[in-house]
Amino acid sequence: MSKPIAQFINVGERTNVAGSARFKKLIFEGDYETAVEVARHQVEGGAQIIDINMDDAMLDAEDAMVKFLNRIAAEPDIARVPVMIDSSKWPVIEAGLKCVQGKAVVNSISLKEGKEPFVEQAKRIMRYGAAVVVMAFDEDGQADSIERKFEICKRSYEVLVDEVGFPPEDIIFDPNIFAVATGIEEHNNYGVDFIEATRLIKTHLPHAKVSGGVSNVSFSFRGNNPVREAMHSVFLYHAIRAGMDMGIVNAGQLTVYSDIPAELKERVEDVILNRRDDATERLLDVADEYKGQGGKKKVEDLSWREQPVAKRMEHALVKGIADYITEDAEEARQQFDRPIQVIEGPLMDGMNVVGDLFGAGEMFLPQVVKSARVMKQAVNYLQPFIEDEKEEGAAAKGKVIMATVKGDVHDIGKNIVGVVLQCNNYEVIDMGVMVPWSDILQAANDHGADIIGLSGLITPSLDEMVTVAAEMERADFKVPLLIGGATTSRVHTAVKIAPEYTGPVVHVLDASRAVGVASNLLSDDLKDKFVGDTKAEYDDIREKRLAKPKVDRLVTLDAARDNAAQVSFDEYTPNKPQFLGTKVFDDYPLQELVERIDWTPFFRTWELAGTYPAILDDEIVGESARSLFEDAQAMLTTIVEENWLTAKAVVGFWPAARDGDDVQLYEDDTRDTELSKFHFLRQQVQKRAGRSNDCLADFVAPKGGPADYMGGFVVTAGHGIDEHVERYKAASDDYNEILLKALADRLAEAFAERMHERVRTEFWGFAADETLSNEDLIKERYQGIRPAPGYPACPDHSEKVELFRLLDASETTGVALTNSYAMLPTAAVSGFYFAHPEARYFGVGKIDKDQLQDYANRRGVDTDTATRWLRPNLAD
Amino acid sequence: MSTHQPSTVEAQLAKLADERILIMDGAMGTMIQKEKLQEADYRGERFKDWHKDLKGNNDLLVLTKPSVIRKIHDAFLAAGADIIETDTFNATGVSMADYDMQEIVREMNVEGAKLAREIADEWTEKTPDKPRFVAGSIGPMNQSLSVSPDVDNPGFRSVSFDEVMASYKEQVEGLIEGGVDIILIETIFDTLNAKAAIFATEEVFEEQGIRLPVFMSCTITDMSGRNLSGQTIEAFWHSVRHVKPFAVGLNCAFGAELLRPHAVTIAAIADTRVCVYPNAGLPNEMGEYDETPEVTAGLLKGWAEEGILNIVGGCCGTTPEHIGAIADAVAMHAPRAVQGTDPVMRLSGIDPVSISTLKAAE
Repeated sequence: MSKPIAQFINVGERTNVAGSARFKKLIFEGDYETAVEVARHQVEGGAQIIDINMDDAMLDAEDAMVKFLNRIAAEPDIARVPVMIDSSKWPVIEAGLKCVQGKAVVNSISLKEGKEPFVEQAKRIMRYGAAVVVMAFDEDGQADSIERKFEICKRSYEVLVDEVGFPPEDIIFDPNIFAVATGIEEHNNYGVDFIEATRLIKTHLPHAKVSGGVSNVSFSFRGNNPVREAMHSVFLYHAIRAGMDMGIVNAGQLTVYSDIPAELKERVEDVILNRRDDATERLLDVADEYKGQGGKKKVEDLSWREQPVAKRMEHALVKGIADYITEDAEEARQQFDRPIQVIEGPLMDGMNVVGDLFGAGEMFLPQVVKSARVMKQAVNYLQPFIEDEKEEGAAAKGKVIMATVKGDVHDIGKNIVGVVLQCNNYEVIDMGVMVPWSDILQAANDHGADIIGLSGLITPSLDEMVTVAAEMERADFKVPLLIGGATTSRVHTAVKIAPEYTGPVVHVLDASRAVGVASNLLSDDLKDKFVGDTKAEYDDIREKRLAKPKVDRLVTLDAARDNAAQVSFDEYTPNKPQFLGTKVFDDYPLQELVERIDWTPFFRTWELAGTYPAILDDEIVGESARSLFEDAQAMLTTIVEENWLTAKAVVGFWPAARDGDDVQLYEDDTRDTELSKFHFLRQQVQKRAGRSNDCLADFVAPKGGPADYMGGFVVTAGHGIDEHVERYKAASDDYNEILLKALADRLAEAFAERMHERVRTEFWGFAADETLSNEDLIKERYQGIRPAPGYPACPDHSEKVELFRLLDASETTGVALTNSYAMLPTAAVSGFYFAHPEARYFGVGKIDKDQLQDYANRRGVDTDTATRWLRPNLAD
Repeated sequence: MSTHQPSTVEAQLAKLADERILIMDGAMGTMIQKEKLQEADYRGERFKDWHKDLKGNNDLLVLTKPSVIRKIHDAFLAAGADIIETDTFNATGVSMADYDMQEIVREMNVEGAKLAREIADEWTEKTPDKPRFVAGSIGPMNQSLSVSPDVDNPGFRSVSFDEVMASYKEQVEGLIEGGVDIILIETIFDTLNAKAAIFATEEVFEEQGIRLPVFMSCTITDMSGRNLSGQTIEAFWHSVRHVKPFAVGLNCAFGAELLRPHAVTIAAIADTRVCVYPNAGLPNEMGEYDETPEVTAGLLKGWAEEGILNIVGGCCGTTPEHIGAIADAVAMHAPRAVQGTDPVMRLSGIDPVSISTLKAAE
């Protein structure tokens, strides 16, 4: 049985459109995916209940409440806590109650509209099985004095308990917290009024609870967070002693009561408890002194340079300051007997602090990578001295071989994991990209590796990882195999990779998990349990997967085709592009791309969760995000000014007609000579009535229909990058290396976006008068789509071969394809253009054997080849 | 709603439950299976031209093969069941859409209840010292309010709370019209569906000015002890306590052996009676239940000794022989003593949270 909590309950307040600008923006944009992360943060941060509020004049609150509640119901780590359904509108509350299987709390009802609706609502709440917050509000208005607060709560209590039969332990009163120190004399006692009303409620109304929105009390000190936090702490200190049970509080906005400086505490206490007439003036007098880093000019604080050298090194590592590190390393070397001791002593100590802070979520990836840069520079400085002494290097915790598998060229994530592992004193042997399995096994043998880590971004890499696992098994390897990268997943690892290898196989979700996994695997004490638990978990996943009746109910290909979207060409007449054939851009101005950058994925690369620009003000990662963003801006300026990168593109258009699920291309507009054909896949998942089974070919006019066209493109912003990457590598500067690669990726994406815009408005010109903001562009609020081969709407990467041939892309843009159809340079994007107004992105999802066979026939390959291409999409 | 007068049935049932462990019946589905009925049997004369296959629509048999259902009820009553369940597990508009039979849902419930009522009354007359009761069986439906059927769209729901509620309401009305004594909301794998059933039941009670005892029975679907919508048994209890059930407990999914830890949990927290009716073990490779009556009864006897049972019966795979053996096995044991509980606020997500009331410091 779970033990009752007998202490103050924090109700999470960030999933509130009125309380969080970021959450509001996400909900307005319909980005529920990210909005769910806000809830997750709350729960991970210790919220025992999450308050959800969608009340905004510009929002359909009922719809948003339902969508959000249904969405979080699917997330067990969020759904474990009860929700507080917060709205001033009864229909919103009721809609919310219909979505929650748990016992929720309604926030709120009151006697504001009189007794009758109050009783009616309370009865319904009971019938839905929820607890309730009751505001101290009646027909005469909101209660402000102690007497009115208590009187209304008492009356509400009696109606609820005696007339409705509401369980008294399920009643929570909110006796209204109002702002104090507003300069209006009548407001001075508001803190005391709440606290004393709480005391009366708790003494006279058995089992009822008291809650309130705490941040109201400090409203007049907006902009001065230190003072606000002190006010919240003081207020809660006294209110909890009076019996306040719970509150809507931003846990990040509380200082510890005993930590408040004595002077500030006294003056805040005077205000909250209304102890003297001049309390407000006296708090105002000192408030500015505590304002702290109120966004004013920062003076570099060098006081840390006064500390002993070991402390200075720790500070430099934690803050990622490389300016003094060689000088400090030298000083430390003088102090120790042997240079190796500098690494084993102060440097490792400092990195341990970094590792702990990262593990505790107090440091974020960009900062850790900067720390690693400082570490490496110190080690590089010390290395010659160590070699002079012919000493062995410091004993690493273990050796990790890392490689991006054959056919894949993406390495940002792999490099980040490598850096994080190195920071934690693992020796990392990074084999780079496109590494064949034989080389991986060879290196593992040569180095005596303790762990092998594989990375990949594109879907064919999943198969390659299975191959590596199988080859490791054949070669009788025993070392753990770690799997990571954007397309990898725990389920894929469990179902496809783990069965191939009897040694431990572990999927690593992101860089922050890598150290925990590695240290478990290499610990004598923890290894067996960790390996056993992981294996059991994966066996379980696999069994469930196999046992599960097909979740995706698939229909036959014929049925799916019968349910194709009826894309109409009655009201839409395709227009002819400005040119047919290709157009090449040899050296596109980078400056034009910079403004088109979508920054949100950039932050995601660095494992900073949030949407740009709100992320810059995020309470948790904001500081880290701002610092990273500044560095990125500075580097971008240099990239543009010094022409580090060259952007090249080719776009092409061809007369086209739909032919089943294929699109037939013609040499010219006479449409006499066939040029080529693109082959697409159709969704086979059973759809709800009114939803079609989509295929990209549906968006092109059929043979015999109006003259239609299709386009294709390849863009890159990656030429020239190697020289600079090498330079950073040589300087052991992982931070700038990763930063540069991430920026090149962003520029390539921005290039694809810019090119698409010009295609819409100029080259194909089907939306000549389009005017959209950058945000609209990022949200894809325009006509036409540019799906990329290898992505959900056309998941077969191998179609790139024909696309590249038609565009002569290798020649015109210098982008090459690997044997797994990854593009080199990696900062490149390719895709198709469709113009129809109904063209939309979708995911093909799972397909069945009939379509596999049909596709193999259409492509003229055997089933095995088609299986290899389409494996991620094949139903189990 | 809170100030209802207990029905006479409830008072009678409560008195009996204080005295001894009450016995529920066994598996309706298993017994029907043994009859090896064919498509034509399910159709009967009335639905011989129905445009959908009807084999497997067990609830339809109360209209087309009432003799079979009657025979099964009779066998369980003869074996010693105090409470029999109507053959109406799937008789809701939502579930019957599979057969296009939404139109006759009400009739199914009325007739299913009448059928059980008649035979139960015959037995009460035969054994007046052992009155028999009819529980109206309300199953979980074939659609979930908490889980999206579309893996790519976790926020999607195939059915709405209002549809589910209305569908359950029609069922409850039919069952009451047919004369059931108890509302049994069972095999709950989605607690939100069950909450819609509670809402429907409360509405009918209010509209008709009556109140029947309600049983709530959860189904744990995985070894970690959660139902399909993810709740632990304690979280489930927090979610359904508001109907103030006559009994709460568990049925189906596992046999007595695997169900035991969860039965112990609910027995420890419920401030009402505990009702458990497990399967006859786990199905074998052929999907058949082969735990013998002796084994099932032996396990449940242990529970009775521990004092965690108020009401016991059987689910999938349990036959009249099982029920007879269970009745014999628990006959000598006192029912679990029902304890009150502290007035703390009991909330839940998929996990339970209990919150005490803080006191004002002096």
